[in-house]
Amino acid sequence: MPEEVQGLIHNRFGDGLVFTSADQIINWSRKNSIWFMTFGLACCAIEMMATGGSRYDLDRFGIMPRGTPRQSDLMIVAGTVTLKMATRIKRLYAQMPEPKYVLSMGSCANNGGPYWRHGYHVLKGVDEVIPVDVYVPGCPPRPEALLYGLLKLQEKIQEDRVTRKRGYTVGSLAGARLDGAADGTAK
Amino acid sequence: MDPKAIHETLVAKFGEKIQGASLEAASPFSVVAAEAIAEVAAFCKADPDLAFDNLMCLAGVDYPKETPPRMEVVYQLLSYTHLHTFALKVQLPRENPAVPTVERTWGVANWHEREAWDLLGITFLGHSDPRRILLPDDWEGHPLRKDWQDPEYYNGMHVKPTQQMAERALAGETIGVGPFDFTPPNRHVKEE
Amino acid sequence: MPSETTAREAGRGEGGPVDPAWPGQPEAVGTSDWDQDGLDTDEMIVNMGPQHPATHGVLRVELRTDGEVVRAARPHIGYLHRCFEKHCENVDYPGVMPYTDRMDYVAAMGNTLGFALTVEKLSGIEVSPYVQTIRVVMAELQRIASHAVAVGTYTMDIGAFTPFLHLLRDREKILDLFEWTCGARLLYNYNWVGGVSHDLPDGFVRATRDLLREFDSVTFPELLDLIIHNRIFVRRLSHVGVCRPELAISYDLTGPNLRGSGPARDLRKDAPYSGYETYDFDVCVGKGQYGPLGSCFDRNWVRTVEMRESSKILHQALDRLEKMERTDVHEKVPKRVKPPKGEIYFRTEAPRGQLGYYLVSDGNVNPYRVKVKSPCFTAMSVFHHLAKGMMIADVIALIGSLDIVLGEIDR
Repeated sequence: MPEEVQGLIHNRFGDGLVFTSADQIINWSRKNSIWFMTFGLACCAIEMMATGGSRYDLDRFGIMPRGTPRQSDLMIVAGTVTLKMATRIKRLYAQMPEPKYVLSMGSCANNGGPYWRHGYHVLKGVDEVIPVDVYVPGCPPRPEALLYGLLKLQEKIQEDRVTRKRGYTVGSLAGARLDGAADGTAK
Repeated sequence: MDPKAIHETLVAKFGEKIQGASLEAASPFSVVAAEAIAEVAAFCKADPDLAFDNLMCLAGVDYPKETPPRMEVVYQLLSYTHLHTFALKVQLPRENPAVPTVERTWGVANWHEREAWDLLGITFLGHSDPRRILLPDDWEGHPLRKDWQDPEYYNGMHVKPTQQMAERALAGETIGVGPFDFTPPNRHVKEE
Repeated sequence: MPSETTAREAGRGEGGPVDPAWPGQPEAVGTSDWDQDGLDTDEMIVNMGPQHPATHGVLRVELRTDGEVVRAARPHIGYLHRCFEKHCENVDYPGVMPYTDRMDYVAAMGNTLGFALTVEKLSGIEVSPYVQTIRVVMAELQRIASHAVAVGTYTMDIGAFTPFLHLLRDREKILDLFEWTCGARLLYNYNWVGGVSHDLPDGFVRATRDLLREFDSVTFPELLDLIIHNRIFVRRLSHVGVCRPELAISYDLTGPNLRGSGPARDLRKDAPYSGYETYDFDVCVGKGQYGPLGSCFDRNWVRTVEMRESSKILHQALDRLEKMERTDVHEKVPKRVKPPKGEIYFRTEAPRGQLGYYLVSDGNVNPYRVKVKSPCFTAMSVFHHLAKGMMIADVIALIGSLDIVLGEIDR
């Protein structure tokens, strides 16, 4: 801010006036009230429940579980995604309103987890079907690890810009491409 | 009743339809002819000395390397009145394995048999609801067979792990996708 | 002129004129359509799941309802089928152990115990009394934790949010003990073939006694007062989901589901393993004190009272641990697990019922076939019988009272 302007506004107003940019205030309010859709599939769901319990409280961050995708900002994919479930995940992701984020919790959702080798019915990572923002590794990740992932997501939300379209993140380990070319070659 | 007595009761009633037994095994069983299993099951439940009113487990097993190659269905029975257990085995040819259903005798067999059909391809004749139970309805094949090969894709999704995954896993990469960011969330705080 | 008319058409009076210039308009409605006899009702298919807020996992239930009353219910499972049995054929016996944990992920100690005992029975391995007592301690602590989750999430399904938080808080203390012993909170890989993975740390017995003292004096009476004898809980559940004993036995309900309907069958008494025959405890059955025997309330009653019985067993086991000679927990763990050729079906009393492993071994390091009989799978098979005629909200109560974990159903 140029010197002249600083001189005009510094120490002129009481504490009730906040000077910020629209991006910062919008992102601040969004990141501090992330309402997630409980998409607990398997063991990680129990850890997600424990994170929401009273010891590792999620509510203190403003994070609250909602049962329906239509009212949630975040989908925490907690647990193994099977091929039978993958179409439902796509549909639920499409039912979430923008801005929406996806956190892949646990190694099964990251890349198929312990079932990656012989699991004929396990999707090798939920990022084959939906774009993921944060990956939290672990089997299952401790509640503290999930909290760390959520804080990382808050940082990511803080860096959003109203004028910038959110792009897809890196993509799938198995080689699926979200633009549809499923030829398995590296991007 | 001990396993020998149970086996002898069955032989006394069904004669040739009981085709063998292994009574010294850890879980003793009698081998029953495939077409007779429904009546043997009904007898096991109705007979007051046997009184097998509970089917604990129904498992299909694939033996392609035996001579002749066969599939087996093993019924583990329990009696809540006498508290004895026994097993019945049925041996089926590996091409078109088919065996009568026992769901009229024990209701739980309905789901167990659906699972055996789904994963192994054993047909249960007379079953009221022969649908797949665990795998999607448009899945092709029976995965628990020993000659199962993972397909490349199912509805556009990779089924078997791709070469890329295998290379990265075997090269020691342990975490999902992309470089993992280890900077702590409060990175703006300068350490003193 | 067609002679068959629907009830609607038969009861139709004069409606307004039909406007030929307005294609696709709704049919004109006559006043006599509002008569009861002329009312044409349809059955509705309501789909529940596979994602729904009740935390029992990915279960899809298709309900054919007449308004709010269910005429037929069809559960669809398989949304969590993780190919456990295929994995068993491709990894060796110690490698199977972590996969068994992940089947019933709420009560993981029971699954590994079952598999370890199955392989030990087939191989003829006998563990020392010290290891047996450790296994009993872990299994009973896990039973308390699992029933806490079961009752807690169940009350949350019914609509009471606070017991969930209370019981989860108490469960965290048990998980602290597990983490202290073996490092993991939820999926431990603790029971190995021939032993356990970590010995008990020093001070474990005292810490467990502290926990049990608090459980016996505070948590359990509070649970009984606030939830089980709560008038709302009782009136909500005591006439819902009644399961007759013959139906329960035919559909192979086991564990608290069976005992809630009357038969006092508990594998820890009927076919004891790991030293359970030396402990003094009672088998808890449903009493039908508030309604017909075998209701959802009775099943929850059994789960709650079983927590107290587990506490009894734990006190006895801890007394023994103090006096017992400590042996090496890895003493009987074979370098390479290779059971002789053969097959065995072995069952244990998991918190959800009778967990059975049918193991076929051909003498190699990998199992030839492992089939798991999971108690929740058979509990779901009776669901379509019990759900007939109840309201949609009671279907939720029924699913929760059967205490299913989808990881175990789908394996």
